[in-house]
Amino acid sequence: MKKLTALLLVFALAFASVACGSEKNDTAGTEDAAQTTGAEDAAETQTQDTADDAAQAETDTAETEPQDSAAEDTAQEKSEGVMTYEEYMAADLDTEVVVETYVQAKQSWWEDKATLYTQDQDGAYFVYNAACSQEDYDKLTPGTKIKVTGFKGEWSGEIEIMDATFEILEGNYVAEPVDVTTYLGLDELMDYQNQFVTFKGMTVEAAGQDDAGNDVAFLYSWDGSGQEGDDLYFNVSLDGATYTFTVESYLCGSDTDVYKAVKELNIGDKIDMEGFLYWYEGVNPHITSVKAAN
Amino acid sequence: MKRIWKLLRTVLMAAGSAALLCGCHGTEGMSAFVMPEEFDALRDYEITFWAKNDTNKTQTAIYEKAIADFEELYPNITVNLRLYTDYGKIYNDVITNIATDTTPNVCVTYPDHIATYLTGDNRVVALEELFADERYGLGGSEVRFDAPGQEEIIPQFLEECAFGGHYYAIPYMRSTEACYINKTYVEALGYTLPKELTWDFIWEVSEAAMEKDGQDNFRVNGQKVMIPFIYKSTDNMMIQMLRQRDAGYSTENGGIEIFNDTTRELLETIAEHAQTGAFSTFKISSYPANFLNAGQCIFAVDSTAGATWMGTDAPLCDISEDKIVEFETAVMPIPQFDPARPRMISQGPSVCIFNKEDSQQVLASWLFAQYLLTNEVQIAYSQTEGYVPVTKKAQESEQYRDYLAGCGEDNGLHYAVKIQAARLLLDNVDHTFVTPVFNGSVSLRDAAGQMIENTVKSVRRGQQIDDAYMEKLYGDMTSLYRLDQISRQSGLDGRADDLGKLPGTAVALLLALASAWIMILLYVASGVLKKKKNQQ
Repeated sequence: MKKLTALLLVFALAFASVACGSEKNDTAGTEDAAQTTGAEDAAETQTQDTADDAAQAETDTAETEPQDSAAEDTAQEKSEGVMTYEEYMAADLDTEVVVETYVQAKQSWWEDKATLYTQDQDGAYFVYNAACSQEDYDKLTPGTKIKVTGFKGEWSGEIEIMDATFEILEGNYVAEPVDVTTYLGLDELMDYQNQFVTFKGMTVEAAGQDDAGNDVAFLYSWDGSGQEGDDLYFNVSLDGATYTFTVESYLCGSDTDVYKAVKELNIGDKIDMEGFLYWYEGVNPHITSVKAAN
Repeated sequence: MKRIWKLLRTVLMAAGSAALLCGCHGTEGMSAFVMPEEFDALRDYEITFWAKNDTNKTQTAIYEKAIADFEELYPNITVNLRLYTDYGKIYNDVITNIATDTTPNVCVTYPDHIATYLTGDNRVVALEELFADERYGLGGSEVRFDAPGQEEIIPQFLEECAFGGHYYAIPYMRSTEACYINKTYVEALGYTLPKELTWDFIWEVSEAAMEKDGQDNFRVNGQKVMIPFIYKSTDNMMIQMLRQRDAGYSTENGGIEIFNDTTRELLETIAEHAQTGAFSTFKISSYPANFLNAGQCIFAVDSTAGATWMGTDAPLCDISEDKIVEFETAVMPIPQFDPARPRMISQGPSVCIFNKEDSQQVLASWLFAQYLLTNEVQIAYSQTEGYVPVTKKAQESEQYRDYLAGCGEDNGLHYAVKIQAARLLLDNVDHTFVTPVFNGSVSLRDAAGQMIENTVKSVRRGQQIDDAYMEKLYGDMTSLYRLDQISRQSGLDGRADDLGKLPGTAVALLLALASAWIMILLYVASGVLKKKKNQQ
């Protein structure tokens, strides 16, 4: 009898522990998110990982070129009913589009919606707020092939796929950055919208002034109204023309190398950059890498 | 007996551990805030303030100055500022942090959001006691700055912070929506702006603006792009249209009334003008200000707190200078169905205080929140946009009157469009309204806007807008925003939720505990019986 009682007591405690354990796990998860100031930052953390993955994948691409060539051959095949990049660009706004493309970077995930930079061998497709579970979002890495069905839209000049769904397919392709430095200021730049690109030998200009009236090389938010963790804005020039580039904090948060690198910039520095050729009322690249110019 | 107690003690300890372990997963309830007798000024306090700015450097500077000035008055209170540019993000972060007891101390927010924060008992401090405290309350004797008395807060604005029988916030700034109009184009189309703007007038002029020339350019602006009417906040659009039509939206207690015939009729009208391209929204096209300033929009409806972005000479602008066109900007109240009974929404940031175990820290938070109502902060912040101070003390000050009188003197502080937008609200406070606040009112607001967004998108994508479409839309909105569950949730009246079935683990735990107790009692009973038997 004593043994039975003791056994039941043990069961009671074990059940209690299990019940608490499962809840505790949930709480711990939330707490982690909270400590990095909420869900927004949680998404940032994920995208930061992605940006790092992208850099790693790029290195891997260079090192294992023969294998990737074979992969690219497979990757170029499009399923029936899927548009080519040319067909996609020719499609009217607000029409349904179906493309097969490859994730290059993940910008954000929130409330079962993902925003993705994607690209195939012919061009890029910005996928805005596609329906996506957390589970599927976690499966997306640089190069993952997806079939996207949505509607073509334009928001402040940015061509994108809205209200989309997607499915993950077999295949992998990570784009090499295209050097578009010479297209800056020209209409041809539009042809590379949303692609992974590089800008070389540009000079850092003043982005604004600090409270003391001194020129500064970058601003938190577009006018300096932000704080650490917000988007960084900086100006770079080439041949007398100045352009505003951005470190998009959802894509590359404050822990990333590029975020830190931009905060270290000095006016007059010559730099090379990589990033995605985003558009907002004109070209507004989302920069993912900054290095001293070669 | 000793053995029994030992056993019972073991059981009680096990049950206690179980309760403790089960209790560790949630922090639903907190003790209500109790006003300390005195503020302990010998202690140091660190409080966090989550604030919203409109991506406006001047607003950031005003927050920073307010904190510095306050800390000078209260050197033992340190205020840490965290800036947001979006109410939705503040809301999401607060929800995340409620679960872990890491909410900020003072937070800029909307009453709708507070209703959700209140799901945890006493999470947000009810402010009546703090308001009324003679020493530390509004304008209290021990407050180290010139704070307004409760009677000096504009009554309508203060009442917007009262729900469930308590004041859960203080108003910080107030705004409404305005229609920013390219008057030059309206007149070029052969129309004259009426004294009061109506929906019929806007639709008619917008359709007239869709006429094209032989080169496929819009005749009115000579450009390839023209969206005559763009609405920034479609949730406000639907809410205000329904209020102007005296149609249902929700009851005070959270009854959902939005799915009615008037809503359907409004959506059909919107669809008609989306079909021609005469109407679009911010979410679909972009900021109304960008189109307005480029001469690609005639009627741009946005917050009065967005006034500095509107017009040819706007101090803030996202489009390049070469795209800006010259035109005269008129600022008018939003369109009405019945101009004799104008109705417009009251909006703008309020400030709530989150409860903490340390009542002294809550009091420190209250002192800082109250500091945001001083003339220094109120007037400075209101001047950054088309905001209006929330106190009579600030509104009636010479400094503020001088500011209004300087309308149009320059394109910075006295930018005409901004001051006209502020005046619009000052002149129409009695015509403003707010929607009922309850747990779930955020979702209903989202649904109100989403119905317009979906309808416009569907029309643009060639879908038929008919009865079947509307039925599906209503159903989709109900399920997406769980509107069918709102009226069953606990409101602010303290009614209990139906929490549904217990989880399996909880059932197993309770059964195990019950079994253990039965066994103990049987063991004790058998022991007593044995003892009795032996004695016999």
